[in-house]
Amino acid sequence: MSYIPVIGLETHLQLKTVSKIFCGCSTTFGAPPNSQVCPVCLGFPGTLPVLNRQALTFGIRVALALGCGIQPRIVFHRKNYFYPDLPKDFQISQYDLPLGTDGFVEIGKRRIRIGRAHLEEDAGKLLHSAGYSLVDFNRTGVALLEIVTEPDLTSPEEAHLYLKTLRGILEYLEVSDCDMEKGSLRCDTNISLRPAGSAADSLGTKVEIKNLNSFKAVARSLAYEIQRQAQVLDEGGKIQQETRLWDDAAGRTEPMRSKEYAHDYRYFPEPDLVPFAVSPEEVEKVRGNLPELPPQRARRLIEQYGLSEMDARTLTASKGTADYFESCMKAAPASAKTLANWIAGELSSQTNARNLESVAGLPFPPGHLVELVGLIESGKISGKMAKEIFAEALSSGQSPGSIVYSKGLSQVTDPSVLQTAAQEVLKEHPQAAADYRTGKGQALMFLVGQLMRRTQGAASPAISQEILRKLLNDKEKRG
Amino acid sequence: MAISTKEVEYLALLARIQLTPQELERFAGQMDEILAYVEKLKTARTEGVSPTSHVLELSNVFREDKVEPSLPTEKVLANAPDREGPFFKVPQIIDPAG
Ligand SMILES: [Zn+2]
Repeated sequence: MSYIPVIGLETHLQLKTVSKIFCGCSTTFGAPPNSQVCPVCLGFPGTLPVLNRQALTFGIRVALALGCGIQPRIVFHRKNYFYPDLPKDFQISQYDLPLGTDGFVEIGKRRIRIGRAHLEEDAGKLLHSAGYSLVDFNRTGVALLEIVTEPDLTSPEEAHLYLKTLRGILEYLEVSDCDMEKGSLRCDTNISLRPAGSAADSLGTKVEIKNLNSFKAVARSLAYEIQRQAQVLDEGGKIQQETRLWDDAAGRTEPMRSKEYAHDYRYFPEPDLVPFAVSPEEVEKVRGNLPELPPQRARRLIEQYGLSEMDARTLTASKGTADYFESCMKAAPASAKTLANWIAGELSSQTNARNLESVAGLPFPPGHLVELVGLIESGKISGKMAKEIFAEALSSGQSPGSIVYSKGLSQVTDPSVLQTAAQEVLKEHPQAAADYRTGKGQALMFLVGQLMRRTQGAASPAISQEILRKLLNDKEKRG
Repeated sequence: MAISTKEVEYLALLARIQLTPQELERFAGQMDEILAYVEKLKTARTEGVSPTSHVLELSNVFREDKVEPSLPTEKVLANAPDREGPFFKVPQIIDPAG
């Protein structure tokens, strides 16, 4: 039977406030264990949390950029559960009055609805050992924004594209490092299958997947889970409502020991925090400070540089990439189309191969690309050579111009171009050609010199000599 | 409404406390009484009154995003039942029902 996957994503974004959401502890990453904690984030009796104004502003900024409405009154709740990463035995989060609701992210022509975006505090970090666990509370209380989609995604590829698009938007907002490796961007998914042809709202049993450490893991785990669930259903089985953990090395999801997460959160209003009123004026002020976001920037790039819509979308998907393109355009008026092709092609595939976030992370600054494209456009090097030079520049860090110079590389090392030039040289100097054939070796050196002169020194002597000799010998055989 | 011993057992699991069968019985009865008492609130007229999440007429109490000194790690760990170096040490997280 064929099924349609119904996928929803929850993304946790660490906001880059310098202090935690409810206390003054620093949020610096990588500090010694338990050195950035205080009575408030440790949940000592008698302490009071106070909301970090910047965290709220960052939250509003993201919610607005995602097209959410901002609730005029927001309230924090306690989400109760026992786990050693939570010193208070509850997490301050939001429940029925979240910061933002009803937004969307556009991927291609589809709108993925954002159900809610809410503020909460992060939990601590556990290091598991044999028989015991070690706890570091430095991360406890760091400001998080949770962004929850409606179950609008229908394939692993779409989930991947949504995450990339979302991260693109978040990068533009400059409210987070968006670094999955440091955990400042984290993602859980939920997925169910419904039989093809069934009503769109006939939802199957949902499975939650956790432990996803990269966008790739998100896509792979969903692909695995689609297959697993389809098999269970095809065999007449039932899908268990459960949380499963992705095992990246094994490439499969495993059920979590269910009781470990026997949560019944018993949300209730956090009595230690007052409610917050967000005035329309404040919302408009934050809206006024929103940067140019990917869709607007794409439109501008189309108008300003004559890019195709496709190129503009590709370039603006990541802020780093769009910035890279515009630095190139500012450095030299190269052809926007050629630059875009290079960025979307060679540079992006190297970026992906190296697992970097954007082309800006490559050891190939915009100036180098401008140089390379300049060499192509002036006809000095062929497109094929450009690719080789690019590979060389990436590994050596040298600029394309200096690679061309130091290796004597240029278009005229291309044998077919040299061949024509060599034939012309022979035609112009029949005497030297004849001398060579009668055994005068230096005549060849004279002809090489002529060929190099004709190509303005760009032809490499070795290749020139080889081509001339071949031409002369061929003629000899035929004549 | 009657609270069953099963519900008390579930609450005990959530709260990570262990109760004897006698305690389950006793607490079920006590909780019944408490709930019956609180039931009285339902007779209050609350039309047009928004739910209270805080007892004081206060809102928008903020702090600025400024780093304040944290506790020295030694103080942080002073009351820890167990530690290893700068870490709190806790028993392996095991299936509480298993
Ligand atoms: Zn603190």
